[in-house]
Amino acid sequence: MKETTRSQSVDSPTERTASSTGDPVRQPSSIEMQGLHKRFGRDTVALNGVDLTIEAGEFFTLLGPSGCGKTTLLRILAGLEEPDDGRLAIGDRDITEAPPHKRSVNTVFQSYALFPHLSVRENLAFGLKMQGLAAAERDARVARVAEFIQLGDLVDRRVDQLSGGQRQRIALARALVCEPDVLLLDEPLSALDAGLRGQLQVELLRIQKRLGMTFVFVTHDQQEAMVMSDRIAVLNGGIIQQVGPPREVYERPANAFVARFMGHDNLYPITARDGDRLTTSLGELTAEAAGEGGLLLIRPETLDLLPGEVAGENHLSATVSERLYRGSHAEYRLEIGDTTLQATLNNRGRHLPEMGERVTVVVAPVDLVTLSE
Amino acid sequence: MAYTGVTPSARSRGMVREVQHLLFTVAPGATWILIFLVLPGAYLMGVAFMTNGPYGQPQMPLSLESFRRLAGFGFLGWSPGNLYTLLRSLWQTLVSTGLVVIVAYPVAYYITTCKEKWRPILLLLVVVPSWTNQVIRTFGWMNLLAPGTPLSNLAETFGLIAPNMGLYPSNFAVTLGLVYNFLPFMVLPLYSAFEKLDNAQVEAAQDLFASPVRAFWHAVFPQTLPGLLAGIVLVSIPAFGMYVIPELLGGGKGMMLGNLVANQFGGGSNWPLGAAGAILMLIATFIGLFVMRRLGKRLGGGEEVVI
Repeated sequence: MKETTRSQSVDSPTERTASSTGDPVRQPSSIEMQGLHKRFGRDTVALNGVDLTIEAGEFFTLLGPSGCGKTTLLRILAGLEEPDDGRLAIGDRDITEAPPHKRSVNTVFQSYALFPHLSVRENLAFGLKMQGLAAAERDARVARVAEFIQLGDLVDRRVDQLSGGQRQRIALARALVCEPDVLLLDEPLSALDAGLRGQLQVELLRIQKRLGMTFVFVTHDQQEAMVMSDRIAVLNGGIIQQVGPPREVYERPANAFVARFMGHDNLYPITARDGDRLTTSLGELTAEAAGEGGLLLIRPETLDLLPGEVAGENHLSATVSERLYRGSHAEYRLEIGDTTLQATLNNRGRHLPEMGERVTVVVAPVDLVTLSE
Repeated sequence: MAYTGVTPSARSRGMVREVQHLLFTVAPGATWILIFLVLPGAYLMGVAFMTNGPYGQPQMPLSLESFRRLAGFGFLGWSPGNLYTLLRSLWQTLVSTGLVVIVAYPVAYYITTCKEKWRPILLLLVVVPSWTNQVIRTFGWMNLLAPGTPLSNLAETFGLIAPNMGLYPSNFAVTLGLVYNFLPFMVLPLYSAFEKLDNAQVEAAQDLFASPVRAFWHAVFPQTLPGLLAGIVLVSIPAFGMYVIPELLGGGKGMMLGNLVANQFGGGSNWPLGAAGAILMLIATFIGLFVMRRLGKRLGGGEEVVI
């Protein structure tokens, strides 16, 4: 009960208005990017024409391998990098030319970038001080954010007395206390161990939902991206490959790059096609509304295995060549002729196929997707 | 019965080994300090409390005579000469260290912005002049600043100095000489501070609404402070005790404490007074170091300034 009253103090728009000394009501802001180009030196292209709209109040993730341009895009949003070409607007204000200190955008840096010569409290108040807020107002806002993120007595410590996870929370609080239109997060969890990371993912998500603020999150971890995001943009080579909700990006990847990056291995070139009948090296399969692409994607968790040889539509005979038992589920490597297929099955109360066993793979037509290379 | 397995002789053998170990590791350093620091210091201390003999040699009985002389009390009553020398030394140290900071800070920053392959060369260029003997370089300045030289004529044209006086000898020449001489000692520690500068902090400051100037003050300057304080110590202490530069460039008006001390020993006029002057310099230096250390702890953000 106490929890909820606490959260509401920052949550409700009216409260936020009152705290911003007569600012107009801060509605969450959308972001509009048009034709952003950026190159470093002569031949490193970081962004090659990015058009993207991020909706107000969205948890939006830029996902991609290192060097894909996601961090450059985030830095352009923060104003720390200037685009060579293109426009950028937050809300209805064009900020392409605005320097970082004149944007209502705050960043949680990957290295946290806390000021070691200042106390935690001074770190938290830094942005407010630079904006020229009075000391009493600063103290009130810092106290409120400290309560909201439940920093407890961390506020009175020195920066060098904080652990990695604590630094991460302070860095988040330092950005949030400024109540920006958009919060940028540059792989904020990548330096933490797995347990703490999962915990902070959930916490970050809850904070975003409570504040309703627009979050732009950068990560190279597709699991993290799927857990957190309302929508994901997958980048590669400075070009956006696909934008969509996690389920769409995972289940209907736009191309082979997105599919592989989302962790899919079962991709097979389609050699012949007759309506819904697709021929691949696995054999003939019937697909329902598979699309026009030249590659067939079979997600491992859509497959079912039957013991022995069973004839039927979309039934493939296979040999188990590997089984990785993972407790809740098991991963199977199956050989069909010369072709390998991965399958993931829940471990329910029954026989688990052994290595070397002959099995029948059942492929559901509805789960088959084609995509282009 | 805790030592059942260890006989007393074995224990003492262990102790002997420990003492030997201590002797071999600590002794060389301790000997060095004893011969070159403790003994001369003790000797100087002793001399300072002795009486001046007829030929300037220290002799018994012990007295505070030399400290009285140092404080300005002579045969003809009190004179402010020594006090002026002390104040001049402090002033010259302060001004020259300040100027060195002002010159070295942008130089060090500039070098870190250069391409990596140029940096060692630029640093070398900063250091190379100090490979020449200090006396020779100071003579160089004498030639540059003497009356009738282009620099002096220029200063004369602008009315900065009286006609035919020249820029040398003067307090200005001493300051210039000190700045020139100690510049590398400031550039090097500042350069290393700039080189390990965490740029993310600067970006964080900008991101948190700091204008470029404020980002410098709040995110760049504090990070260079350890280097700056180390440079100040490296410059101000030798500058305070400097002898050659005021001797050559200062003329009679530019004497500093170092000259006062050297004259008492060199001219053979008054060893106890010279020793007392040296002790005064030592005390002033210790006070300075203490202040810098406190300052470093307070401003250095936990990173202690190593002196």
